[in-house]
Amino acid sequence: MVIHTGAEAPPSGARADAGAGRPGRTPGRRGGGVRGVRAHTYPYWFYVPAGVVYGLVFLVPTVVSFYFAFTRWTLFESEFIGLDNFRQFFSEQALVSGLRNTLVYAVVTSGLKVVLGMLFAVLLTGPIRSRGLLRSVIFFPVLVSTVAVGITFSVLLQPDFGLVATVLSKVGITPPDWLGDPGTALLSVALVDVWKGVGLATLIYIAGILAIPKDFYEAVDVDGGGAWTKFRNVTLPLAAPATFTVILLSLIGGLRSFDLIWTMTKGGPGFSSDVIASTIYKTYQAGFFGLSTAGNVVLFILVALIVYPLSRYFNSREVQS
Amino acid sequence: MRTRTLRRASLEIVAVAVAVVVFVVPFLFMFLTASKDEFESADLTFALPTEWKVLDNIKGVFDARDGMLFTAFRNSIILTVVSVTILVVLCAMVGYVIQRRPGRAATIANALVLSGLIIPPAVVPTIWVLQQLHVFKTLPGLILVEVAFNMSFCVLLFRAFVAAIPRELDEAAMIDGCTGLSLFFRVIFPLLRPVTITVILTSSVFVFNDFVNPLYFLPGDENATVQLTLYNFMSQFDTQYNLLFMNIVLVTVPPLVLFIFFNRKIVAGMTSGAVKG
Amino acid sequence: MKHPRPSLAIAVVAATALVPLAACSSSSGSGDSSGGKTEITLLTDNAEATVKPAKAVIAAFEKANPNITVKTETRPGGAEGDNLVKTKLSTGDMADVFWYNSGSLLQALSPEKTLVDLTNDPALKDTDPSFLPAVTQKGKVYGAPWGTAMGGGILYNKDVYSQLGLSVPKTWSEFETNSEKIKAAGITPVLGTLKDTFTSQLYVLGDFHNVASANPEWADEYTANKVKYSTDPVALKGFEKAAEPKLKGWLNSSAGSTTFAQGIKLLAQGKAAQYPMLTFPISTLPPADAAKIGFFGIPGDDASKAGATIWEPGGQYIPKTSKNIEAAKKFVAFVASVAGTEAFSSAVPPTGPYLVKGSKLPDNAPPVAKDMQAYIDSKASTPALEFVSPVKGPSLEQIMVAIMTGQTPPQEGAAQYDADVTKQAKQLGLPGW
Repeated sequence: MVIHTGAEAPPSGARADAGAGRPGRTPGRRGGGVRGVRAHTYPYWFYVPAGVVYGLVFLVPTVVSFYFAFTRWTLFESEFIGLDNFRQFFSEQALVSGLRNTLVYAVVTSGLKVVLGMLFAVLLTGPIRSRGLLRSVIFFPVLVSTVAVGITFSVLLQPDFGLVATVLSKVGITPPDWLGDPGTALLSVALVDVWKGVGLATLIYIAGILAIPKDFYEAVDVDGGGAWTKFRNVTLPLAAPATFTVILLSLIGGLRSFDLIWTMTKGGPGFSSDVIASTIYKTYQAGFFGLSTAGNVVLFILVALIVYPLSRYFNSREVQS
Repeated sequence: MRTRTLRRASLEIVAVAVAVVVFVVPFLFMFLTASKDEFESADLTFALPTEWKVLDNIKGVFDARDGMLFTAFRNSIILTVVSVTILVVLCAMVGYVIQRRPGRAATIANALVLSGLIIPPAVVPTIWVLQQLHVFKTLPGLILVEVAFNMSFCVLLFRAFVAAIPRELDEAAMIDGCTGLSLFFRVIFPLLRPVTITVILTSSVFVFNDFVNPLYFLPGDENATVQLTLYNFMSQFDTQYNLLFMNIVLVTVPPLVLFIFFNRKIVAGMTSGAVKG
Repeated sequence: MKHPRPSLAIAVVAATALVPLAACSSSSGSGDSSGGKTEITLLTDNAEATVKPAKAVIAAFEKANPNITVKTETRPGGAEGDNLVKTKLSTGDMADVFWYNSGSLLQALSPEKTLVDLTNDPALKDTDPSFLPAVTQKGKVYGAPWGTAMGGGILYNKDVYSQLGLSVPKTWSEFETNSEKIKAAGITPVLGTLKDTFTSQLYVLGDFHNVASANPEWADEYTANKVKYSTDPVALKGFEKAAEPKLKGWLNSSAGSTTFAQGIKLLAQGKAAQYPMLTFPISTLPPADAAKIGFFGIPGDDASKAGATIWEPGGQYIPKTSKNIEAAKKFVAFVASVAGTEAFSSAVPPTGPYLVKGSKLPDNAPPVAKDMQAYIDSKASTPALEFVSPVKGPSLEQIMVAIMTGQTPPQEGAAQYDADVTKQAKQLGLPGW
């Protein structure tokens, strides 16, 4: 991991998994070998309080979801119905398009966050006087409530009198009905997601870029290379760990994304911006608890299929480099 | 040379201007709309109000629906303070042992921490469990949920920080006769102060801003949180944009204040452990 | 009113947010039953359009019955409110009187176990008999009406109609001709407010009068899974009508992001001429604007059978666990009496008739209410499907939006809705599915 945050925290894993084999973290160089001492000093029961909460509220539901996903369920009684829920889930056109939308949303948001985050980070690590201010300005939306952002942008994007439409029409562009047109709704929400989240990506990249030793750039200077060469041959490859982090973070966030979509379009118009998470909520609201849980299992599998191999791959790349 | 500097400077001005337009105008818009009267705010234009109605609107939004916003702020504050307190204590303990005592237990614990970051929580089964515990639709229930769902992130921050504390310290304290809990709370925990502050700040922001979990696990008018109230007002204040946006401003102020005072800590916490995009 | 319900409760609140917001719980909380006074409690939903008239009615009731005080509680609307009502009933925690929906939602409360039987009770002496089927289960009557009936059909701007020399269409083809003329005049012929998705359902739900007049047994056959929207050519028309405005360029271009509060204003301003909707949002308009808007049922094919689909008023019910049943009945009777309806109208202008004997719409009632009254008086009205069948799928709103925005062809949308209904019926364990 190359992510130095510049603050007090030691270089920690922005990606959790990166931590395991790192030298600085390998504990017990001496003295720790005596079991009795360890048990006294670092007792296992320290895990217990956290473990109980985590186990009850997170693990148990995750595990039982694999049973309830195969039932018709009223919360009080459940009837085993085999694969019916999944059949139902995949036979409805709306739910299938939800699957596709989830992927589109996750890929678009993480792609844009990588590109824009990198771009902003390069600009903001350059010799700009106002970079402190700019960093804050770009980062602040990360801290703002998603609901607040969703409502504000729904108003700004209103096609008849919204600010965006007003400005665009002054320059002679007829804007689309961003959130009201089935063709643009999902992408419009994704853009707002990028607006809100790009600050975090930028800061992760800034940390990554600042950690690149200066000699690499000086070497390019000696060879007579320009800014582009520096970016292409130094920044881009050496900031790869930051790229991995940003991709993983935004994929995990994007695949599970619910709150922004729900506040801006409720999955509409029609089903055009429905994602798996919003389908889970709708089926839950309608009282189809088994079906909703089946949706959860589908999402679980999707996330596992995408994120797990990707993080393995990134990890191995990182070890090599 | 001078043309280059000039170009640089003008580029900078452009960059700043674009950033301001894209990232600041929405916030200005929130504030301006929140300062107008009902009639003017309905135009949704980006213009100064003819008459500043800030105080009237604050009063209006707190009076609406029987002062529901008061309840919501109270609930959100309780939720945030209690969840974060529990998170700090539990996760510091885990982060400490997980880092100091490698072995099979630590491997399993690490795997669980990772799963917590990646796996989307199973909603209805969680409701089912909360119901069995008789805490569904209660603030304590939601606190449990927030603690469980934010745990991984906090453990990571603590684990990373503990790694930077020399083991010699533990050993020295041990010789003084401190073990277990007292060693931890008298020696280690005070040393964790910097990361504790980071954890408090970042997880407060997450919990305070959380919308999905209250939506699922704490429905009902009487125990609304600020985010839920805001969401409900979205449809109820369809014609009173001044009040809707005043509400938005009010829920944006707490993170803004934290950000102004603890900019660096928050950034550090988010970039070093964030999986929350 | 099962149908737009979840969102409707919110919608009503939205509509009435124009009205200055008032406190929810009323009545100075003087100690109960002190000095021979009986205190009863009333549970209503928290929509402003309910809370406000409830206060007015209570004030009038307490004046007429100085020995009884009424305390109000409110509950959320939508699915959440449904669950709350069920929980309160099953735990014995229900208020002495509660205002709730009539029709299929009442059936879901198992009234024979939980509610006081009001069959032939004097509390219902002023209730119009036409209301009773909506609150009857297995031959027993459980409620009296509160508030007004609503029409579900097309709201239109009367000024636009008279300027263009149009008359109220009696058939769908007349409606098409009108719409073309309106379009030629440069006015939006048909308004869609799909940001509030529930408004999209009116094409199908409001078309039920035409379905029922073609086949009076349709609702029963539907409940028994013998007819379906996608295979019944008459029922399918509702879906086809929904697709037409977009196809023919009648629909407002920003339909996808317009809310119904914005829509009703556009209609009042004459920027749009026709708006398929329920009649209730009229009460949010200033009287001068409300006076410009009229109502007609969604036209069918046969001019001689033209009529409208109506939504019955909600019901007032008394739980068996109440300790003040006599006082509760007095209150119920008062609300469903002429004096009660007058108090109601003083707080919120009626947007439809009260189903109370002898009650008349006030002279200043908006035209939509009078238009509806005319349909009811000429027996050309049919209660909406949800009052006669428990079968209703949860995704109708989204499916209709997809049809109205041209994403799904009507035939396919109807088939999707049939599948959606099947899903729900299976979940409820209805026989025959």
